[in-house]
Amino acid sequence: MLHIYCPYCEEYREEEEFHPHGQAHIVRPLAPESLTDEEWSQYLFFRKNPRGLHHEMWVHAAGCRKFFNMTRHTVTYKILETYKMGQQPSITAEDTQ
Amino acid sequence: MSNIVNVQSPLYHADFESLASVTKEGGVSLREAKLLGHLNLRGNSDSPEFKNGVEKALGLTLPLTPCTSLQNDDATIMWLSPDEWLIIVEGGQEATVEETLRANITGHFAVSDISGGQTILEISGPDCIKVMQKSTGYDFHLKQFPVGKVIGTAFAKSSTYIRRTSYDSFQLVVRRSFADYFWLWLQQSSKEYGLRITL
Ligand SMILES: [Zn+2]
Repeated sequence: MLHIYCPYCEEYREEEEFHPHGQAHIVRPLAPESLTDEEWSQYLFFRKNPRGLHHEMWVHAAGCRKFFNMTRHTVTYKILETYKMGQQPSITAEDTQ
Repeated sequence: MSNIVNVQSPLYHADFESLASVTKEGGVSLREAKLLGHLNLRGNSDSPEFKNGVEKALGLTLPLTPCTSLQNDDATIMWLSPDEWLIIVEGGQEATVEETLRANITGHFAVSDISGGQTILEISGPDCIKVMQKSTGYDFHLKQFPVGKVIGTAFAKSSTYIRRTSYDSFQLVVRRSFADYFWLWLQQSSKEYGLRITL
């Protein structure tokens, strides 16, 4: 069972209260109608699948029901940080190389 | 056609009135705080109009510290999330309180009467902490879970808000459709300590 720090409830909670929601920091194109099919499909369907640090979105489903971001290692499952929506990660893959 | 609506608690079928007269002993006491007024409030806590409006309407400060609650004689307000609160008032007062909130808050906010959608179970007694510990993974030590704290968590796999009202008493805010499930769960998990129904 993972212990996850909710940046909104400001405490650690059990994994059972959370759901993962995929890759974080995906920006919705401001003018989708001006995109090519390839650009639109990149936005809709293509996701990173790194071996190592990954920035993900999670939701505190049984708690405050807020989405937040997490930097997690996909091999060790180690959670390096969680941070609020709109914030940037303080740890990135480049830092650890 | 009659205009009178008979409001029923989601646990009316459990007949707590009869059970209260036959269950006199037990380490766990259960009471339904039924048919109270539940108002869901949403707004931006950074906005002074919102914060001051709520304060003026309820005579209570808006709790901004995560997982805290405040109460006076008329209302309890629980922090649910950075922009969401639950206000509990006496049953029948919810429409008036909703109006008062609307009259006092300006700007962008939402207040919804959800009284019919949920109920409150009050669990207390010397063994109630053991029942709580069986049902959720949260730490019930007073240091982690002081009196007045309210947490949204999974209780017996269903989402609920738990508020500690004293060392050994808790309120569970449960959804109406889950009330019977909670009732069954609490009977089962308190069996070994004895369950007493109070009114
Ligand atoms: Zn949370």
